[in-house]
Amino acid sequence: MSTEDKQLYTVSIYTENNIGLLNRISAIFQRRHINIESLNTSPSEIEGVSKFTIVVNIDEVNIKKIIGQIEKQVEVIKAYYHNLDQIIYQISGLFKIKSELLFEEPQIQNIIKESNARIVTVNKAFFILEKSGRKEEIVQMYNQLSKFGIMQYTRSGLIAVTKEEMKISSLLESYNN
Amino acid sequence: METQTIKSQGKTNKATERISGSEAIVRCLIEEGVDILYGYPGGAIMPVYDELYKYQGKIHHVLTRHEQGATHSAQGYARISGKVGVAIATSGPGATNLITGIADAQIDSTPMVCITGQVASHLLGSDAFQETDIVGISTPVTKWNCQITKAEDIPIVMAKAFYIAKSGRPGPVLVDITKDAQFEEFDFAYEKCTHVRSYNPVPTTDIIKVKEAADLINAAKKPLIVWGQGVILGKAEEEFKAVVEKSGIPAAWTILGASAIPTSHPLNVGMVGMHGNYAPNVLTNECDLLIAIGMRFDDRVTGSLSTYAKQAKVIHFEIDPAEIDKNVKSDVAVLGDAKKSLEELLPFLEEKSHTDWHQKFKDLYQIEYDKVIKNDLYPTKEGLTMAEVLKEINIKSEGKAAIVTDVGQHQMIACRYADFNVSKSNITSGGLGTMGFGLPAAIGAKMAAPDREVVSISGDGGYQMTIQELGTIFQQKAAVKVVVLNNDFLGMVRQWQQLFFDKRYASTEMVNPNFVAIAEGYYIKARKVTKREELAEAVAEMMQSKEAYFLEVCVEKEDNVFPMIPTGASVSDIRLE
Ligand SMILES: Cc1ncc(C[n+]2csc(CCOP(=O)(O)OP(=O)(O)O)c2C)c(N)n1
Repeated sequence: MSTEDKQLYTVSIYTENNIGLLNRISAIFQRRHINIESLNTSPSEIEGVSKFTIVVNIDEVNIKKIIGQIEKQVEVIKAYYHNLDQIIYQISGLFKIKSELLFEEPQIQNIIKESNARIVTVNKAFFILEKSGRKEEIVQMYNQLSKFGIMQYTRSGLIAVTKEEMKISSLLESYNN
Repeated sequence: METQTIKSQGKTNKATERISGSEAIVRCLIEEGVDILYGYPGGAIMPVYDELYKYQGKIHHVLTRHEQGATHSAQGYARISGKVGVAIATSGPGATNLITGIADAQIDSTPMVCITGQVASHLLGSDAFQETDIVGISTPVTKWNCQITKAEDIPIVMAKAFYIAKSGRPGPVLVDITKDAQFEEFDFAYEKCTHVRSYNPVPTTDIIKVKEAADLINAAKKPLIVWGQGVILGKAEEEFKAVVEKSGIPAAWTILGASAIPTSHPLNVGMVGMHGNYAPNVLTNECDLLIAIGMRFDDRVTGSLSTYAKQAKVIHFEIDPAEIDKNVKSDVAVLGDAKKSLEELLPFLEEKSHTDWHQKFKDLYQIEYDKVIKNDLYPTKEGLTMAEVLKEINIKSEGKAAIVTDVGQHQMIACRYADFNVSKSNITSGGLGTMGFGLPAAIGAKMAAPDREVVSISGDGGYQMTIQELGTIFQQKAAVKVVVLNNDFLGMVRQWQQLFFDKRYASTEMVNPNFVAIAEGYYIKARKVTKREELAEAVAEMMQSKEAYFLEVCVEKEDNVFPMIPTGASVSDIRLE
């Protein structure tokens, strides 16, 4: 696998909501030594159907093989892959910061305003900032805030919807018949 | 969470009956037509064993001497019957002992259902006595698996297990059942599973692809067919033979494809792969069209992928979409069931004979015959060869025996020289290469086909990996013919040491026990042959025996299996010496 052909792909997997499936799916990546950049799992638009969104850095030949292996799992309904231009995506970051800084460092207030971040909660000891957007935006905010000291920081996996329609509902209907 | 989806799969309107979970398991097996199962008892599965005691007349439990033996016997049973093999074990060590057989069944696409007991659900995750996370452990080597903690889930999960194991590309399924679920009573009703929403086992054959394939086949000047087990699993032997005969194309087989058409068929040009025949390997890199049918381009078949059939167009007939372009890129992929696809293909094919092309196979066969085959079958040196033992078995069985092999040199020799004149005659561990497979698999094979002669052929190494199953043979009165080709070495490894490690025979020499005495210790009739003069008569005696029979043949210690494609080499660089 030449590194030049690698790019970030998001894999969207529609599955039955079953215990153990996460194991099966992650094992497919593990066996082939593919590092998962981020992983998110949640209910999908269809009742009883879960959706995994997995981001990996890989080339197209191999992502196709991976999709084949994923779809082969009995409880996987359908898997798709997209490059980042084909999807709308967001990630979310949470920052825990000492409350006193909010008043002592006016620059922090500017950062919050300019970045469209949101204050989730404030108490005597700390306040929590939430910022959603592209990964670079979250990282940028981290860099700005880290000068003042961050007590805790965490970032979510990527969540995504495609620009194109994914015909999962009609597919499911055909499966039911 | 599990229950939700399980329940939505099938609604049942049959009358119900209040029984325990363990009885339900046995009733499910009976509903699925299981009349024989292989296993080993223990604490966490005892309620099921108690029910098996009650249902003795309906379902026969075979006590193997090790859980690995139970899986291999179930595999042997499944491979020869085409039905689902069943193995059963207790939790913890019982369950982990199944793993080798499960992994073997997974890679060789063998339908199998394994049932394991599990500690009570309130103990799950507490490192309780004999608790292992068998669902986690078996995940990478099962087609599907599931843990049951409530008795009411048993019928639906069992039905799903059998359906998944045998449909589409078959494989092993594991169902783990907690002890409390085995005791719990519930209203039992059974309905077979015919559909799982997220699972499409057999892709529909696309007629446009079939036509594209036919056009390529009709236009080809030097086409070659390589078929695999997909033909046998798809019960497509007849359709396959018709396609081969009408198109006149030379057809070669992978190790698991063996016997789909008889060895003696004029268009059967032999085995491909590492120890396959010279002609089909060399000509893979000369053909203009490679037609792969129900095979998956395993690296033991292709050698180096960068040179494999590069000049040829490739057609791939395959049931599993994940196999398409996995190793070899195809020009036309025909997805679907082999029987259906070949049936659809036949009318589009032109009748051809490809005489000049066939002549090339004959010429290369002659080279292989002069350099290898002649010496293997009609040796002039004193020591016995493995091949001449096979030759005798062919003669005495008229090529109708089911040959069950272990793994090593004897396996390659058996596949090269046994006559396979009946389908499902080569039962061997192809994908995993599991030593210890042969003897227990032969037990299962014999029980599935009591009317067939079943000959197990092992090396002295692999035989000792599951030698305890002689006890099962004795207890079950399974009339298996057991042949050990004894070269006092782990022969195949020794061959590699000789060729690639300067003859440094590190830990491959075996000091062996008195095999005849061991067999006799299990009350099995036994004989040892050391001289050529005794061979024919001994094989005849074995084949005439109505009961199990053990035959040890002491063969040449340092013989090698040729031809051979060294790892990483191109198939056309196959060595004859
Ligand atoms: C369980 C297992 N362990 C190790 C191996 C590696 N291996 C492959 S062939 C072989 C030697 C087999 O020796 P023997 O059973 O005597 O048969 P022979 O090659 O002499 O016919 C070994 C050790 C294997 N295939 N399976």
